[in-house]
Amino acid sequence: MLGKLDWSAIPFDQPIPLVAGAVVLVAILAVLIWVVVKGHLPYLWREWITSVDHKRIGVMYILLASVMLLRGGSDAIMMRIQQAVAYQSQGYLPPEHYNQIFSAHGTIMIFFVAMPFVIGLMNLIVPLQLGVRDVAFPTLNSVGFWLTATGALLVNISLVVGEFARTGWLAFPPLSELSYSPGVGVDYYAWSLQISGVGTLLAGINLVTTVLKLRTKGMNYLRMPMFCWTTLASNLLIVAAFPILTATLAMLLLDRYLGFHFFTNEAGGNVMMFMNLIWAWGHPEVYILVLPAFGIFSEVVSTFSGKALFGYRSMVLATMAICVISFMVWLHHFFTMGAGPDVNAIFGIASMIIAVPTGVKIYNWLFTMYGGRIRFATPMLWAVGFMVTFIIGGLTGVLVAVPPADFMLHNSMFLVAHFHNVIIGGVLFGAFAGFEYWFPKAFGFRLDERWGKAAFWFTFLGFYVTFMPLYIVGMLGMTRRMQHYDVAAWRPWMIVAAVGMAVLTIGVICQIMQLVVSIRNREALRDRTGDPWDGRSLEWATSSPPPVFNFAFHPDVRGEDAYWAMKAHARQQSFEHEVPEYQDIEMPRNSPTGFVCAFFATIMGFALIWHIWWMVILGGIGAFATFVVFAWRDHDEYVIPAEEVARIDRVNLEERRSLVSMAGAV
Amino acid sequence: MNLLDPQGPVAAANSTILVDSVFIMLVIVVPTIFAILAFAFWFRASNPKARYQPEFVYSGRVEMVVWAIPALTVILLGGVAWIGSHQLDPAAPVPGTGSPVRIQAVSLDWKWLFIYPDQRIATVNTLTVPVGAELNFQLTSSSVMNTFFIPQLGSMIYTMNGMVTKLNLRADNEGKLQGLSAHFSGDGFPDMMFDVNVISPLAFPEWVAATAKTDAVLNADSYKKLMQQGIEKGRPVYRLDDPRLFDLIATQHIPPGPGPELASEAGRSHSGGHDAR
Repeated sequence: MLGKLDWSAIPFDQPIPLVAGAVVLVAILAVLIWVVVKGHLPYLWREWITSVDHKRIGVMYILLASVMLLRGGSDAIMMRIQQAVAYQSQGYLPPEHYNQIFSAHGTIMIFFVAMPFVIGLMNLIVPLQLGVRDVAFPTLNSVGFWLTATGALLVNISLVVGEFARTGWLAFPPLSELSYSPGVGVDYYAWSLQISGVGTLLAGINLVTTVLKLRTKGMNYLRMPMFCWTTLASNLLIVAAFPILTATLAMLLLDRYLGFHFFTNEAGGNVMMFMNLIWAWGHPEVYILVLPAFGIFSEVVSTFSGKALFGYRSMVLATMAICVISFMVWLHHFFTMGAGPDVNAIFGIASMIIAVPTGVKIYNWLFTMYGGRIRFATPMLWAVGFMVTFIIGGLTGVLVAVPPADFMLHNSMFLVAHFHNVIIGGVLFGAFAGFEYWFPKAFGFRLDERWGKAAFWFTFLGFYVTFMPLYIVGMLGMTRRMQHYDVAAWRPWMIVAAVGMAVLTIGVICQIMQLVVSIRNREALRDRTGDPWDGRSLEWATSSPPPVFNFAFHPDVRGEDAYWAMKAHARQQSFEHEVPEYQDIEMPRNSPTGFVCAFFATIMGFALIWHIWWMVILGGIGAFATFVVFAWRDHDEYVIPAEEVARIDRVNLEERRSLVSMAGAV
Repeated sequence: MNLLDPQGPVAAANSTILVDSVFIMLVIVVPTIFAILAFAFWFRASNPKARYQPEFVYSGRVEMVVWAIPALTVILLGGVAWIGSHQLDPAAPVPGTGSPVRIQAVSLDWKWLFIYPDQRIATVNTLTVPVGAELNFQLTSSSVMNTFFIPQLGSMIYTMNGMVTKLNLRADNEGKLQGLSAHFSGDGFPDMMFDVNVISPLAFPEWVAATAKTDAVLNADSYKKLMQQGIEKGRPVYRLDDPRLFDLIATQHIPPGPGPELASEAGRSHSGGHDAR
């Protein structure tokens, strides 16, 4: 009846996951009860869960990423403590726990923190920057989000029901094959990623289409803000690379479920094929994450320097060059497989070539600052912190692209330090910069600067204290994923790294405090202009938060930095426009399709993991039926009448004009 | 295990390339970091002396320089990578004094087996080699992937079941070194560290003779016992029964290791593993 599932799946004898799971469960229940008792449920259902508004979906993506960041961060804290204490002892985590924790940490941080964070920011901002009213496929957008949430949910269920993979975040066979990992851990891993991978692919298709097909009047490709360009590049990579991940995991699942032999030791399976396939996805994935971050920094550096982005066309070229070359370097993840000198050298050099456009980007940001008038608001601090940190990560990255150096550093703690250097210093700093920068746009009030700056400094310093020691132990021969060790020389550095982790934790606490304090002081921090940073692109041309239709009129773009130009134009002329002719606006109707579909997908995923076949069929039929119902819908849009548009827009205009005239008086 | 304290020519060459590459890049990176901090500081909004140039958004000369600097660095480093990859190919011989020593390494769950086919002996978790001699490694795995790595001797290489990888090293100084597996392979992975004893060429034959006196014999049967999952705290040694044992393992005539014993329920009771298969 329940397949492999029985009471032994719940780890009653292991306090750590059980207590953690119980705390999470109690927290979720408390929130749910509060929501129901206070009567917020209809509001949540109507305005958020079934919403197809790109802004709402973007916010939900970022919320998911933030919650999962706390989960992945807890894993990181446990790992750092374990390695600090497990010198000549077993520490406090036995191998079967420790191995799950580092596997879950990697999986969560990449798939359920970094990915939803950048996709959330792209969703939130790109349609606004393009001057349009929504993404190309609003309901698909909602489906994509909820499927990502399904994956995250399944990973968290594994905490208390069964186990997670103990194979590392890429589940290399043959270790991940049934013979060596007979438990459900790898199945949790694979099905979570299969389901959320569909969500990511949908998001990718949606955003590519949005950038290519939905741009406002005059928004040529070479007038798009840099963030739109990096979004395009990143989502092209998603569309090209995620099917590889899906196919690779499908093959692994066929091995595990139906006795195939793609990657087994027996019957001609080949682990090297898995290595190649997973990295053919995995390397573009790195750029899927970091390209949007580059876009965010381009916006931030330009805005806070009070200058247009230096070398815009050069930046576009660099972005697209990275997009293409990132597909040609995957072999550098396994120089030590013995491929031979020609292959290694060619992939090593190809990997270095990526550093050229990346370096160009750094220099262009540098020259954007040159001759600027730089305001060090929190987003700009993250940007400068990023530039310094990312260069160091780039240096160590090019170093491990030199095959003979990689022969010493592959899989070492040096490598761990390197990719945290670029992912924290690049993607996470970028996500935080974007969060600080666009928060007022999403919610209509700014974030508290003092807590924001504290969060930056603690995170910045904490990063160095945590990861510089890992570079050093890597040079001392320490390899990654060690549950315990006997080498005395490594010990002091692991203790320093644990201290660094504490500093990073303070950074996260500051981040949470910033949110709490800002929400409490929201009236004082209210942004009535819609343009709190003196911005340059179109997202600042509408109110904060923007109305559901974003823009009452499609903006007319006459050059780069569209909103900057409009402001300059408006300053030269008087502000009294003729009263515009408002028109009815058609907007997509809300739809529960995404939520319902993800509900069935969760059931199906859980059932697949535990071999509960009747439930698999139930979930599959349910998810498919949801699509059919949606496909047969009669009304997919509703009309906002012109008077309503006019009313909303006039309030917005009044507010701005009064502010401008006040500024003029001063 | 310091990478910058090499004990053989391969490690010395690797770490030279490592250090040189870092310096080549530092020449660019350090001034760039300084420029970032300097520009950010000087052009702060509160500095009245800084000149605001909002129109300075393109300069062909600057663009040429900023594309050229990373490109030139990469051309230089690319040369290092190309030459280094060829000179330090793990399969390339590393000439030494005396006759080369052939060693066949097998990664087991979770220990290392070193077979000396010419000497007809085998050791577990200890590798004894003569100083100065060319060491020809052939490597495979009994089950999952591992990576063979002696940090102070240089280049690491994967071990994979059903496949043989090649590695050539040389140790230039007598002494004790440590090796490890550098690819995660399961619960016993951190215990896959092994001792490396580098002894004089004169002591080596004596060590071989002493080792060959052992009663324990390594053949297909005792190998199958050895490849059961488990951690080996001792340092067992064997006489080698059949010098082709490694080939039998690498060609899968001896089937791959069994993985976790499904009979022992302890430790897997939460994993749903009990009725897999």
